[in-house]
Amino acid sequence: MKSFKHKDIIALRDLTKEEIELLIETAEGMREINSRDIKKVPTLRGKTIINLFYESSTRTRTSFEIAGKRLSADTVNITPSSSSATKGETLSDTALNLLAMKPDIIVMRHAVSGSHYYLAGKLPNCSIINAGDGAHEHPSQGLLDMLTMKDRFGRLDGLKVAIVGDITHSRVARSNIQGLTKMGSSIYLAGPPTMMPPGVERLGNVTVCGTMKEAIQDADVVMMLRIQQERQGKTLMPNTREYSRYFGLNPDNLKLAKPDAIVMHPGPINRGVEMSSYVVDGDQSRVLKQVENGVAVRMAMLYHVAGGELE
Amino acid sequence: MNLLIKGGRVIDPSQGLDRVADIVVENGLVKEIGSGLAAPAGAETVDASGKYVVPGLIDMHVHLRDPGLEYKEDIVSGTRAAVAGGFTSVCCMPNTKPVIDSKAIATYITTKAKAEGFCNVFPVGAITQGMGGERLSEMGELKESGCVAVSDDGRPVKSAELMRRALQYAAGIGILVISHAEELDLVGEGTMNEGFTSTELGLKGIPRVAEDIATAREIMLAEYTGSPVHIAHVSTAGSVRIIRDAKARGVRVTCETAPHYFTLTDDAVRGYNTNAKMNPPLREADDVAAIKAGLADGTIDCIATDHAPHHIDEKDLEFNEAMNGIVGLETSLPLSLGLVADGTLTLPALVEKMACRPAAILGLDRGTLKTGSIADITVVDPGREWQVTAESLASKSKNSPWLDETMRGAAACTIVGGKVVYQGR
Repeated sequence: MKSFKHKDIIALRDLTKEEIELLIETAEGMREINSRDIKKVPTLRGKTIINLFYESSTRTRTSFEIAGKRLSADTVNITPSSSSATKGETLSDTALNLLAMKPDIIVMRHAVSGSHYYLAGKLPNCSIINAGDGAHEHPSQGLLDMLTMKDRFGRLDGLKVAIVGDITHSRVARSNIQGLTKMGSSIYLAGPPTMMPPGVERLGNVTVCGTMKEAIQDADVVMMLRIQQERQGKTLMPNTREYSRYFGLNPDNLKLAKPDAIVMHPGPINRGVEMSSYVVDGDQSRVLKQVENGVAVRMAMLYHVAGGELE
Repeated sequence: MNLLIKGGRVIDPSQGLDRVADIVVENGLVKEIGSGLAAPAGAETVDASGKYVVPGLIDMHVHLRDPGLEYKEDIVSGTRAAVAGGFTSVCCMPNTKPVIDSKAIATYITTKAKAEGFCNVFPVGAITQGMGGERLSEMGELKESGCVAVSDDGRPVKSAELMRRALQYAAGIGILVISHAEELDLVGEGTMNEGFTSTELGLKGIPRVAEDIATAREIMLAEYTGSPVHIAHVSTAGSVRIIRDAKARGVRVTCETAPHYFTLTDDAVRGYNTNAKMNPPLREADDVAAIKAGLADGTIDCIATDHAPHHIDEKDLEFNEAMNGIVGLETSLPLSLGLVADGTLTLPALVEKMACRPAAILGLDRGTLKTGSIADITVVDPGREWQVTAESLASKSKNSPWLDETMRGAAACTIVGGKVVYQGR
């Protein structure tokens, strides 16, 4: 019997290799449920899950909601309009009010890095799952990404994973760096220097590359990050046109990667900016497989923080 | 009340004194320093054996939050914390509500401090009206009302033209300009130092160059106008280097640092600790080393605390939402004594930075134990160990990064104008 000793899942940095393996292994098993005609098991019957999303999200919130429902938990979605302490109720007060309704698990997305640790400190009797905090971590995304890589290669050890884009603002990149390093992969980062945070090579088994070409050369996995004119366009880059020219993935530069390489993206995709449609819709793309695996991974996370064990 | 302070190691760099001696205080003034002195009639005796007796410590950078923000601190609680920390004088920054930019507010502070405070309080007026960064404040009247300097502390004067004029105008009046040196465009939405720790925690960083550029600007303006400028809370290796070079050129620049900048790095933020959130932010190990080197070679003139009390509701929050600042009055002395313990400073050099230099920079008739001077005196117990707890702090606010830690060194007795205002356990 393998059990999970953490009450919360806030960051892959906090988990051991064995714990990450357990979550991935459990997720592999959960996929069978998702392929059934009647996609529901009674595992979390009677448990209440609150999805507390301070930032807008379609994919992640829906994925967590479906994951909870397939395990027969009661799921409630809350999307407070503001996360600012000056504009309304504090996070602490919101959480304590929710706690009074006796939820078992709170799944939260919040714009402030580290806010889940703050929340967990206030709620010792409720599990907290991080669905994304600022530019810190997005552990369910990291896990589903690793599951998708493992599906293709049967292993994570020894893989060359290129991550391209705005690393500074990416919680997806951080969770992948933390998780993949523990699993024995090598991470190669590329992006404009304006989007590369200081000391990132010390986060794990990370090499910062001067060009995108260098990063994707012979890569097993090419992971592209979302770029937005509104955000990065202010001072970090001239415009999406020039960005795309140097850091966009297209069928030509994808040839630099290994022939059996896969292409990933956490979504939502800006077609024609970080990835051309030919790549998004091409054979090597695993974008929709990532979404599919997301439900299984989140089922595994909910299952284990609720005390579930794996034989 | 007259005093005999007996048998302490008297350290007064203003007269090159460092020996065991007695001090007689009469009518609020230092009457005599010598050996085997007899207590004057009706005098109280303070036993200072095994202790240091130094000119009363001066903290030229505190936030007393009075008027307007008394839920954080007020003149009574803030000066109680000051004397518990060994300070006999503090300079309070003008970011109160309303701002200290008028005779009325400055007079309110000095009047209340005299009536109810435990130590001397010297207000720092605003550089600009309402600290709005647009028009110069009435610096002449502020000086006449007891302000010893002007500063928009908490925010920089964004316009270089306005800062240039502030330096010129203040020099004409004879009041010191204290600069909060920070280039806000580079600070952006940063909440901690930009470096490996901010990368790992996913928090927006404040680059060190945001301080360096602003420090360089103030120095160039001071050099151009020939006016003095004082740089507040120096935290970066770059600022230290720029100030060192400027001093060598003869620019009239002085500066201070705070104990947290020579004892902590941004590692203290780990765990998203809001009691390690301040502005400027905690930096990195090479900055700490540079600050210590700057203290040792005289580049950094003084140690101030930037005592910044905040209510628990303003700190018990997600990291980005929490306010900047920590309380420092009661931990400054033991942390600064650490500089003597680790060989950075000699004891007389430390006393200079905590008493003599602040007095000289501000033109105060204090920071000395010369015969006839005002008897502001701190008796320091270098060996006393105590634990920092919410209960042990006299300040209204408890936002200290050293909570639950043990400190070595404390004020044994604080004397203001010849009166014992604080006695340690």
